[in-house]
Amino acid sequence: MTLYTAPNTIDIEPIVRAVGVHKSFGDKHILTGVDLEVARGEVVVLVGPSGAGKTTFLRTLNRLEAIDAGEIAVRGERIGQRTNQRGRLVERSVRELAQQRAEIGFVFQHFNLFPNMTVLENIWHAPVHVKREPKATAVAYANELLARVGLAEKADVRPRSLSGGQQQRVAIARALAMRPALMLFDEPTSALDPEMVGEVLAVMRDLAAAGMTMIVVSHEMGFTREVADRVIVMDGGRIIESGYPDQVFTAPQHERTRQFLSKVL
Amino acid sequence: MAFDWTYFWQSLLTPSPQFLNGLALTVVISVVAMALALVVGLLIALMGRSRFLPLRIFASLYIWVIRGTPLLVQLVIIYTGFAAAGLFRFEDVDLFGALIKGAVQAAIVGLMLNESAYISEIVRSGLESVDRGQNEAALSLGMTPLGAMRRIIVPQAIRVMVPPLGNSFNGLMKSTSILSIIGVAEMFQIGSTMSASTFKVFEIYIVVALYYLLLTTVWTLAQTGIENMLNAQAGLPRAEPVLKRLFGLRSRRAAAVAAPVLQPVDAA
Repeated sequence: MTLYTAPNTIDIEPIVRAVGVHKSFGDKHILTGVDLEVARGEVVVLVGPSGAGKTTFLRTLNRLEAIDAGEIAVRGERIGQRTNQRGRLVERSVRELAQQRAEIGFVFQHFNLFPNMTVLENIWHAPVHVKREPKATAVAYANELLARVGLAEKADVRPRSLSGGQQQRVAIARALAMRPALMLFDEPTSALDPEMVGEVLAVMRDLAAAGMTMIVVSHEMGFTREVADRVIVMDGGRIIESGYPDQVFTAPQHERTRQFLSKVL
Repeated sequence: MAFDWTYFWQSLLTPSPQFLNGLALTVVISVVAMALALVVGLLIALMGRSRFLPLRIFASLYIWVIRGTPLLVQLVIIYTGFAAAGLFRFEDVDLFGALIKGAVQAAIVGLMLNESAYISEIVRSGLESVDRGQNEAALSLGMTPLGAMRRIIVPQAIRVMVPPLGNSFNGLMKSTSILSIIGVAEMFQIGSTMSASTFKVFEIYIVVALYYLLLTTVWTLAQTGIENMLNAQAGLPRAEPVLKRLFGLRSRRAAAVAAPVLQPVDAA
């Protein structure tokens, strides 16, 4: 058993398609026109200076942030919005949006595990209560996932008794339990002590190798170089450069990219 | 000092049926008013978080007016004032064979309204005490906002809300003593009737005080049990022991665990 089994079909459409995405908080223009297409199975890492809009952009992909302009489609469907009979763009119902989000795994910087549940319950809760899977099936799968992230013996403890790295591995298992079509990672190792970073990256590496589509906001340049199919550099709310990691890291085209890389490499 | 010990012990240990009826009425009114206030308080708190401005305005006005006026005045307006103005009169009703006096209904309504304003603030700060990331995690797993509230936020908020809600109920039980002003025959009213006919004023009111103390002590025991149950569910250490709680010998560590910090609601 692996963390993920990629479907045995070919997608014509990109799995994620963002066109001209704008987002402001008050008078702060955070995203100033982001375009991005991600193919299935691709591992894309978003890098860039803080305040560049990486996290905000990632959060718009499952509509944890609503966008002001542009469009975002996941698997060909607009996320959180649809056109009505008269062709006008309207909000989807909360239920429809919830169903769309259920297909998109999200891993948070601060894990956000449910502290009142055991580790195992954290993982099977949503499959049972959201997808209505039989509990026995969901628990069995939760146990498998927990074993795959190397925490089988922690099933019955509370998240707060785990280290940060362990919590993040549980959070990844929790997201995978919904059998998502793609996974979004928002700085998954930034809140961790340095010695815990490796164990989380190892799980993400396995997942990438299994063919999961992943969009990752990260400052881990070693990981990016090794795992990413494509690096996207963001600055000032837009994408300024993208390409193979080696290409971007060794021969950056953009002056801002050079400045950024000189600080982090 | 003339203290009639015989009369005191007699009233304390073998209270008259009348007195026991008053005690029972005190308990019933408190419990019913609290139960209704929990429902109304939750509704007001949800209104306060609504997307619709009129509901939010209503919730703030409600809290402002109710918390800004004395319970005593509210009770008199509801019972006596409304009747005098010909707006509404609480009539005695027969509920499953039990006669519910108009004054008792007015008392329950008044206490419920008053308490619900305070409860809505406890609920609000309880919900706000749950980290925003919890809601986002729930949404990202495909829960609807309502589902996230019900399955993730509320279960965590309840543990935070129980200590202040319990204290609120304690206060409510003591507040019932002012119901005598609208003629409800609760424990205090019975006590004052007895003192008027026997002139054993000191003895009677000491007995009354001891019975209130009994009620609040029993409730503190129950509340500690509830908190321990919730803490056990959440995998947290036990709440502080009842003896410490009753006699004010709180250890700093235990207090921090038992009562997670809430923003002072009155400062809002």
